[in-house]
Amino acid sequence: MDNGTIIKTRDLTKVYPLGRTSIRALNKVNLSFEQGEFAALVGPSGSGKTTLLNIVGSLDAPTEGSAEVMGRRVETLSHREAAALRSRHIGFIFQSFNLLPVYTAYENVEFPLLLMKMSAAERRKAVLDALEWVGLADRAKSRPGQLSGGQSQRVAIARAVVKRPGLVLADEPTANLDAENSHMILDTMESLNRNLRTTFLFATHDEKVIRHVRRKITLIDGAVAADDRTKPDGGGAS
Amino acid sequence: MKLLKLAVRNMLAAGTKTWLNALVLSFSFVAIIWAQSLFKGLDQESSRALTDIEYGGGQYWVEGYDPLDPFSIRDAHKPVPPELAALETEGRAAPVLVVQGTLYAGGRMQSVLLKGIPPGQRLLILPTASLAPADRETPALLGTRMARAAGLKKGDMMTVRWRDVRGTFDARDFVVAEVFETTVPSADTGVVWIPLEDLRRLAGAAGEATLVVVEKGYVSGPAVAGWTFKDTGFLLRDIREFIEMKTIGSSIFYVILLALAMLAIFNTQVLSIWRRRREIGTMIALGLTRARVIALFTLEGSMLSLLAVLVGAVYGVPFLAWFAAHGWVMPVGQADSFGLALGNTLYPVYSVGLVAGTALLVFAVTTVVSFLPTRRIAKLKPTEAIKGKLS
Repeated sequence: MDNGTIIKTRDLTKVYPLGRTSIRALNKVNLSFEQGEFAALVGPSGSGKTTLLNIVGSLDAPTEGSAEVMGRRVETLSHREAAALRSRHIGFIFQSFNLLPVYTAYENVEFPLLLMKMSAAERRKAVLDALEWVGLADRAKSRPGQLSGGQSQRVAIARAVVKRPGLVLADEPTANLDAENSHMILDTMESLNRNLRTTFLFATHDEKVIRHVRRKITLIDGAVAADDRTKPDGGGAS
Repeated sequence: MKLLKLAVRNMLAAGTKTWLNALVLSFSFVAIIWAQSLFKGLDQESSRALTDIEYGGGQYWVEGYDPLDPFSIRDAHKPVPPELAALETEGRAAPVLVVQGTLYAGGRMQSVLLKGIPPGQRLLILPTASLAPADRETPALLGTRMARAAGLKKGDMMTVRWRDVRGTFDARDFVVAEVFETTVPSADTGVVWIPLEDLRRLAGAAGEATLVVVEKGYVSGPAVAGWTFKDTGFLLRDIREFIEMKTIGSSIFYVILLALAMLAIFNTQVLSIWRRRREIGTMIALGLTRARVIALFTLEGSMLSLLAVLVGAVYGVPFLAWFAAHGWVMPVGQADSFGLALGNTLYPVYSVGLVAGTALLVFAVTTVVSFLPTRRIAKLKPTEAIKGKLS
């Protein structure tokens, strides 16, 4: 892996058994991403975007091929090693926000830090900083039920970046948001990408997201159909 | 520590469900302590009464003596050996001679055990002072049960027939010097207490005894030839076995209570895992291992037992304290029907060991029951769980 390359896939293939047949969700995907990229996987439903994101996020394992993330071969990791990789290096943003319902915004953002060796004072500063980045410092004590969709997703973003991960994976982050909130969170993520050099990789078919990213990879039937750099200041290409 | 913090937070956040489970579990907790304390009270009270009234700190028995075998009693007497006589002189032992006899009172005939005991003894809490030498007839001491059965009262005369050591029948009139009340049936029913020296003289067994009661706290010295030392552990073993049997029998009651509480917890855990599958997937995505998620859910369940202890303390402490003060008043005649040395009111006995042991039992059972449903988490695919699907 080149210096600065944080994701590299080689002939990445994922096959899901379905009764007597099977579905090839990914078919020999070869991609690489440099640190600081702001990229999107686009394509129709069932094209393999989420599957690729899951494998890169070490939540799933490939059937064939390999995926190297932050220098670790995902397919060789044990459950514990995969958890450690996610805990230290990867942040997740989900379509349905997936905030822990009984925790406040502060506690949700604090959660990933509880899994790391960090003093309470360091944790507190990191959480408040993250909430500040997403403009929700004043809603620290609110519970998810008291937040709007846009606010919830901003809390989720703060949770994803609070540990300063090298990579943030966002699966349809704007699908449940209106246009105004979508722009707001995309601006937030773009700003974090520029300021913290965090790599953002989206799975989306939202045009608003696609307009923001600097690289667009189109997947069709599990294969890379196109890899376009839409704006300058991107990372490496596949 | 962090898992514990998360578990407490999750548990309290579950609100009413948590408190209901804790309340149900606390019923079991308090009920177990209540039932166990009663049996401990039963044990303590009957053991104390038996040692006070009959067993003292243990007994030396003449070899061959078996209180449950009437045929052994006729020959069960020997001169008190010097070692035990020395103890008697120091006031640390009291010899008792046991002779079978027949009581004739009010036209009735009844088999009795004549027990000779030194009137001046202070080891057993019996009013033996009333057996001090009288001017005329030999004094006798009866328990209320015996007096009632024979239709006798203080001052009445009764005729007793016995057979002396040479096998010759003899009879004599005794005067009831005192009727005493005791919770120990075996010191009362079918027993006539008379002065030791009188019985020795009447039975032709000068200087002899069947058993020698020693003081409480007595530590058995070298073996005494022809005599066997029976400590209180041996003398009380039947009572202890009986109480243990009763304890096991009654445990079915709180096993059912505990099972109901566990069913509620199991159900809550199953529902919780189903309802919180998205949360579980998210936690795994955030870097928690499956093992730690399982530990978290198990901890959440087992923490219920600690909450149950707190909830139980709120109403249990006043209830158990009230119960300790007032005891359980048993229906008239109930105490004797147990065959135990019990008063009319049974007082519970609590101990740190009882409370801690019960808490530990409830905690262990709750932890196991909380853990069982969480095994499903190990099979959960995080990619499905994140979306709220159950794989």
